[in-house]
Amino acid sequence: MTVDERNELEQAALRVRQHIVRMSTNGGCFIGASLSCADLLVYLYWRFLNISPMTVNAEDRDVLLLSKGHDVPALYGVLAERGFISKARLKNHLSVGDHIYWHPNRAVSGVEFHSGSLGHLLSVGMGMALDARMKGLPTRVVVILGDGELNEGSVWEAGLVASALSIDNLVAVVDRNHFQANIRTEELVPLEPLAEKFRAFGWDTMHVNGHDMESLDECFGALQLSTGRPTVVIADTRRGKGLPSIEERADRWFCNFSPEEADALLDELAGNSRATLTSETLIVR
Amino acid sequence: MNRYETLLLDTASRDERLVVITAENRGHMRTVPPMLGDRFIDVGIAEQTMIGMAAGMAVRGRVVVTHALAAFLTMRAFEFIRDDVAIANASVIMVGMVPGVLSDGNGPTHQAIEDVSIMRGLPNMGVFCPCDESEFIDGMRVLLESRRPWYVRYISTPDLAIDRVAFEPGVAAVVRGEALHRPNVTILTYGFLTRQCIEAAEELGRDDVQVRVVNMRTLKPADEKSILHAAATSELVVTVEDHLLTGGLASIVAETLMVHGKGAHVLTIGFPTWFTPGRLDEVLTNERISSSAIAQRIRQRLADIVHAAVKPPSSTHEVSHD
Repeated sequence: MTVDERNELEQAALRVRQHIVRMSTNGGCFIGASLSCADLLVYLYWRFLNISPMTVNAEDRDVLLLSKGHDVPALYGVLAERGFISKARLKNHLSVGDHIYWHPNRAVSGVEFHSGSLGHLLSVGMGMALDARMKGLPTRVVVILGDGELNEGSVWEAGLVASALSIDNLVAVVDRNHFQANIRTEELVPLEPLAEKFRAFGWDTMHVNGHDMESLDECFGALQLSTGRPTVVIADTRRGKGLPSIEERADRWFCNFSPEEADALLDELAGNSRATLTSETLIVR
Repeated sequence: MNRYETLLLDTASRDERLVVITAENRGHMRTVPPMLGDRFIDVGIAEQTMIGMAAGMAVRGRVVVTHALAAFLTMRAFEFIRDDVAIANASVIMVGMVPGVLSDGNGPTHQAIEDVSIMRGLPNMGVFCPCDESEFIDGMRVLLESRRPWYVRYISTPDLAIDRVAFEPGVAAVVRGEALHRPNVTILTYGFLTRQCIEAAEELGRDDVQVRVVNMRTLKPADEKSILHAAATSELVVTVEDHLLTGGLASIVAETLMVHGKGAHVLTIGFPTWFTPGRLDEVLTNERISSSAIAQRIRQRLADIVHAAVKPPSSTHEVSHD
């Protein structure tokens, strides 16, 4: 990857983060998880996935599914930057006049399936991948999983079956930001050793720094998809990445910032001083 | 090769879209897997994964027929049916094995007697409960072309000696007493117990009680016209179902009469709770849903109505559980 290419991706990720921050006011959004997967989605949509606004309905397109749907502001930002939807439409976030809300809806161009309840889209993605395989299409299906989502038994049930059916055009990417809602994953239901668990289920495993474009390029460039086994990429990420004032903070997962706070956070994204945040934090326990 | 296998294979040979999935439940389609190749998938004992996969295929244009025990299909996988199939309005047909009383000796864990209630509660979902093998096959042929989600109670019992009316969702079929102008009793039923209802009607007919039997076929959409007609023309409307008394046909009739502001004497026959497991014939007797028990309960209710009519009625609306 050249320096220019890397810069282009990082600039795109910055713009996506700006969109996310704008959606974290006037009703708010799950900002922490959206920021942790922003680089990942930018990399996949700019460099990996064979999909564009022109091919959004093409049968052989690649498919990306957000199984942890609450990170959808990152996807909205990506879809707007890639021209699947207009940037102006993001202002409709939480308006009943549009389909842009806290979880994905297939009515939005580029969103392949709705989600919200955790643990669903690995199996949905398996169906899509198998359909493509039956039709002899080159389609690859990428499913973004949250690490907290891995508490759900249905993920592991699907994982067993994906391996049994040798679905090798399926790539699960775990956004390993080490948080679930207000708690660190390892303090609630420990997941480690995570890669070993997937390997024991018959999956190929890879690790990547989910915020480094070169690391992502290396990982996805090396992906082998005709092995007879599904692949999981464990992407090490930080919740709230890009905004030091909320990064890794247990209480800043869902945020509804005031317009002034959102402005200060946009400044912070641009590399200026940290925002002063006074709005209420959401603590469940 | 049974008729269901023939239907699936014929459809598959005409329609590239068809995919058949089972959750380790291929007893009724042993010849299908080798014939269908990669369009047959067995996911093992994984109902949730099966439904999620089916939805993923359906939104890419497939028609997917899924199979599992009715109890596990509708209840273990319920949220997957709701989220992935119903919300997506995906062309997935969910065929539930040993529904209702057919789980005979398995016990309450295997009893799908809440299935009609929970499946008809979902927007977009249709519910089809055929009375015998022919009706199952005729209905499935239509549903396979319908491009929408369906829950189907599987049945392979021998065909009833009834006149057949072409299957149409939301259209009930009169299976006995079509010619009766004003029957004393109209029995509304569906599924396995249709046979018991016809036999009960024969028995009552020998006592000069005129009984029409209506097979609802689909519970959603339900044939409201048939329900209202029964209420308007009969002294007593009877619902008979191998389902809980909540949420099934008894509820459908109550809802329909209420919405249309109509009253009727209604006797509801079904399960008040999970039934005592055992051999099928013993279960029918023990739960008072054998043909003779149904006839006896109807006779008793008719006598009660006559008795009550001697005194001025306290209410023109009378819906009570027997």
